[in-house]
Amino acid sequence: MDIHEYQAKELLARHGVHVPRGGLAYSPEQATYRAREIGGGKWVLKAQVHSGARGKAGGIKLCANDEEISNAAEAMLGRKLVTQQTGPRGKLISRLYLEEAVDIAQELYVGFVLDRKEERVMIVASAAGGMEIEDIVERAPDSIIRTTVDPGVGMQRFQAREIAFGLGLDQNLIGKATETIFSCYQVFRDYDASMLEINPLVVTRDGNLVALDAKMSFDENALFRRPEISELRDKSQEDPRETFASDRGLSYVGLDGNIGCIINGAGLAMATMDMIKIAGGEPANFLDIGGGASPERVAKSFRAVLGDKNVETILVNIFAGINRCDWVAEGVVKAIREVGVNVPLVVRLAGTKVEEGRRILADSGEAVIVAETLAEAAEKAVAAWRSATLKKAS
Amino acid sequence: MAILLNRGTRVIVQGFTGKIGSFHAEDMKRYGTKLVGGVTPGKGGQKHLGLPVFNTVKGAVRETRAEASIVFVPPPFAADSIMEAADAGIKLCVCITDGIPSQDMMQVKRYMLRYRFEDRMRLIGPNCAGMITPGQALMGIMPGSIYLPGRVGIVGRSGTLGYEAASQMKALGIGVSTSVGIGGDPINGSSFKDMLKLFEQDDETDAVVMIGEIGGPQEAEAAIWARDNMRKPLIAYIAGLSAPKGRRMGHAGAIISAFGESAQEKVEILKEAGVVIVPTPSSFGEVVADTLAGMKKAA
Repeated sequence: MDIHEYQAKELLARHGVHVPRGGLAYSPEQATYRAREIGGGKWVLKAQVHSGARGKAGGIKLCANDEEISNAAEAMLGRKLVTQQTGPRGKLISRLYLEEAVDIAQELYVGFVLDRKEERVMIVASAAGGMEIEDIVERAPDSIIRTTVDPGVGMQRFQAREIAFGLGLDQNLIGKATETIFSCYQVFRDYDASMLEINPLVVTRDGNLVALDAKMSFDENALFRRPEISELRDKSQEDPRETFASDRGLSYVGLDGNIGCIINGAGLAMATMDMIKIAGGEPANFLDIGGGASPERVAKSFRAVLGDKNVETILVNIFAGINRCDWVAEGVVKAIREVGVNVPLVVRLAGTKVEEGRRILADSGEAVIVAETLAEAAEKAVAAWRSATLKKAS
Repeated sequence: MAILLNRGTRVIVQGFTGKIGSFHAEDMKRYGTKLVGGVTPGKGGQKHLGLPVFNTVKGAVRETRAEASIVFVPPPFAADSIMEAADAGIKLCVCITDGIPSQDMMQVKRYMLRYRFEDRMRLIGPNCAGMITPGQALMGIMPGSIYLPGRVGIVGRSGTLGYEAASQMKALGIGVSTSVGIGGDPINGSSFKDMLKLFEQDDETDAVVMIGEIGGPQEAEAAIWARDNMRKPLIAYIAGLSAPKGRRMGHAGAIISAFGESAQEKVEILKEAGVVIVPTPSSFGEVVADTLAGMKKAA
């Protein structure tokens, strides 16, 4: 789960990391009021969306007076910001963050991630901050410092100190940098973060160390014990199709194709999507109905998939272990009768109670295209989608 | 004896008296697994499904001489249960639980290092379907009927995609020595490489099918190890061709976040290491059959 920059900064500031003075605004008037509160003569107005690379997309503006703040806020609010990371649909700007402008002497990079190879938290730092980490890796690979933390004892101060010296900082900044890095690690660990990136961490002209930007994501499996983090969720930043599904306990990822997928198991779901692609189609979504799915849950999956207006065919592929094909078949029939499925529907059932499931579909008299194998299912779905789009065109 | 699990393995269930634990315990018993008891703290001394219940894993091990444990404990408590098993001298632990926080798994892995390698528990999972040695024993949640006993090993992250592979093989009369689900989490107990090492040494396995997916370094590591150390053919499929970068595809670990983690990139790395690629998820059966036929010809 991602959070906004201002939320990450609040969290970090509470644990001793220095951030610029700033305030949240939902309107141009509020933004200019924030400028009075903060004081000074130069401010930065930042669109709060769950994405990096906001600057290049017009989501960050330097302002010198009320009029500029007001105009910039007017232009941003209610708009969708499309960055390199958001995809073409972009993300809605409904919150702005106004900050005092900081006089920058040097930009650094500090990031914390889960290193899957070492199975530890890894700290990545570089004196070449201000550009994306991918660009640092490419353009200044020698500047990168990496350290991992022993999960048994946690990060030690010497590790933070080594990084501070490694960044080539002035003697009088070493203490501050050590504390900043150490505090970031503690926030990462104490709140079950999965990613924390401060880019840039800046050295100011007056010799301070300030987190100018902050990006954080959290381990969704740990949210049960982090209620204060769960509260930071902003559904307006999510794909509405995904919010609908996740509110109903379904694992769904929206994509850009036309063939809606309802599958059990993440691996089989990915493989079925691959098969659709190989057969010449494009999947509209990833959807895993999970184990032990009731007919009601299957019907809900249809609602989630059909909520996407691009869906022109649906493929159901179930290999039941702890699921039951008869329940899935009942759910399919229920969906046709209660939700209304006005696109071609291909169903492949295998595993537990497959005969019963197939019989339920056959006896229902509904227009279901039945497939026996995975390949057949994908081919039939793509063929049905082609003829449906041809019909529409003619 | 295939790998890790056979008809003689003495198994307990952690989270024994819960709904899910009970359901699968019965299923495993029916399949032929030597189930000797279970653990539910606070319910020690009772009988459940005709088997003794213990308060602690140590108690269960003492009384039943259990060597293996399967964990159905809910995510907030699962890491604790795994560490309890490791400390009680359990040799093989399969954790089915989905949703364990990454930091908990880091701690589990670190905790297990306190034991000498020879004494260290082998952890399979979490977030997996478990394992099966067809015709002998089941420690998992998969439908036993789709596996034919045989001489091909399977190791995969996903449960249902593993069923797909096994059933395609069964349709062609090809059986399985042992099938292991290592799970879909970013940090897991055993890696693909760990399982390949065991299959390579197993006299009852002729070839291995590896079912990988996007995210993480494990498939590539396994392929490099196989290139340098494995004499048996390795056959692999990587799921997630159509997965966009940076999006989590169901499994906590199925996310492309670095170079070399996409399906296309992994397939390239595997090919270069000499792994036989299953080009589509509907051709597991065919490719395995061809590979086995090729081995016969060569011999």
